[in-house]
Amino acid sequence: MSRDLNGSREVLDGDDVARALTRMAHEVVERNKGAADLVILGIPKRGVPLAQRLGARISAAEGVDVPVGALDVTMYRDDLRLRPARALERTDIPPGGVDDKIVVLVDDVLFSGRTIRAALTALDDVGRPRAVRLVVLVDRGHRQLPIRADHVGKNIPTSLAESVHALVSEVDGRDGVVLAQAADQPRSDAEALP
Amino acid sequence: MIRHLLSAGDLSLDDATLVLDTAEEMARLTEGRSVKKLPTLRGRTVVNLFFEDSTRTRTSFELAAKRLSADVVNFSAKGSSLSKGESLKDTALTLEAMGADGVVVRHSASGAPYRLATSGWINACVLNAGDGTHEHPTQALLDAFTMRRHLGELSGKRIVIVGDVLHSRVARSNVALLATLGAKVTLVAPPTLLPTGVERWPCDVSYDLDAALSGADAVMMLRVQRERMNAAFFPSAREYSRRYGLDSRRQALMPAEALVLHPGPMNRGMEITAEVADSDRSVIVEQVTNGVYVRMAVLYLMLAGTTEEAA
Repeated sequence: MSRDLNGSREVLDGDDVARALTRMAHEVVERNKGAADLVILGIPKRGVPLAQRLGARISAAEGVDVPVGALDVTMYRDDLRLRPARALERTDIPPGGVDDKIVVLVDDVLFSGRTIRAALTALDDVGRPRAVRLVVLVDRGHRQLPIRADHVGKNIPTSLAESVHALVSEVDGRDGVVLAQAADQPRSDAEALP
Repeated sequence: MIRHLLSAGDLSLDDATLVLDTAEEMARLTEGRSVKKLPTLRGRTVVNLFFEDSTRTRTSFELAAKRLSADVVNFSAKGSSLSKGESLKDTALTLEAMGADGVVVRHSASGAPYRLATSGWINACVLNAGDGTHEHPTQALLDAFTMRRHLGELSGKRIVIVGDVLHSRVARSNVALLATLGAKVTLVAPPTLLPTGVERWPCDVSYDLDAALSGADAVMMLRVQRERMNAAFFPSAREYSRRYGLDSRRQALMPAEALVLHPGPMNRGMEITAEVADSDRSVIVEQVTNGVYVRMAVLYLMLAGTTEEAA
């Protein structure tokens, strides 16, 4: 699925995304005092490649292999009944599990916070981490739940009339973050819904 | 996704692929997990309406619905008003009054699920769990899922279905679904156990089992349904099993990696010998496990979202 980006404005380019990920990788390690017990879980679709890159940076910086996986939250969403059932994305929990680990959730855009709430519920069924932290590439505000990110690539103040789209090369062919008028874009993304 | 699952032939290639892919995720989500439960259908009610005996299908649907946190009510013909002669319509109206969201129905009359879905008696989604000699779509889906897990995509794969095709809703659903998925199906049966009009089905027909086995990617043995047989379809059980039963000699004619399937319950010694049923190429037990995943996928896709088409 590639995105039609007519009438949109780029707020982060590929280099900005790379720098933000590098900074957040170091922040995660600093906060955790090393890479011990870290498990990085990306939230599909675009959180997964971001998690892989974050994990690779942490592994390279600390010289250890940090487990990276994916956590699909579709079946835990609170808006399931408002729309036709959707195809599930891949959930992939690393072999070591999450019990007593420090789980780092990774998503592209933080908006209402409902995706993260769903992710926390989904995580409950996988195991009991010692702590859960949240890394997002973009925080666009307008939270509807008491949820915040531990590490943010960039805060982008937006109006509700706008939509924010992260692009990752694995899915979209290039990296970046664009801002568009919501009316111009089909609201295909879970997090793009208020 | 379709609103009612009445026939495997109603599924487009996209729908069928969506069900199989979703089942794959259901398997990943529940295999090896301490909490084998998802909250997805919390507050939804699934009614198992079984006018005909069944162990594995009913249990499988029940387990699938419970794994998705739905409330499950079982009606079976024995021990309910159904055995007092209540009509399908009155039973349906009762279910509607109780607020069922999904009705899983098995009936000895072909077309009963269709009647239930289209009569306007109920608003619930109807899932056909086997109607007479007509269709058993979730069985075809779980067979396809099992074969796909071992063989990869089924397009171009050669599947041989052997036995009592005439009385088999499993065969009918499998032929429809496998044709949609692009597999090449060959039916092998005595002429008396082939339905009229079989030449118009999207498959080949043969009377020679030995010839069909070489080159098969999977062989599906059907149960000889004696309870539906009111006439002599073959001279003797022994002759049937000699000409159409799968034994070790015949298994040796199959390619080394070819799978053996059976929808169960098996008549060991009749259509399949114990040796073959318990061999390492038999995926018969796995079919039961996969049945839960496939039914979870179908229930999720049909009941989780809004029923209105608008996105």
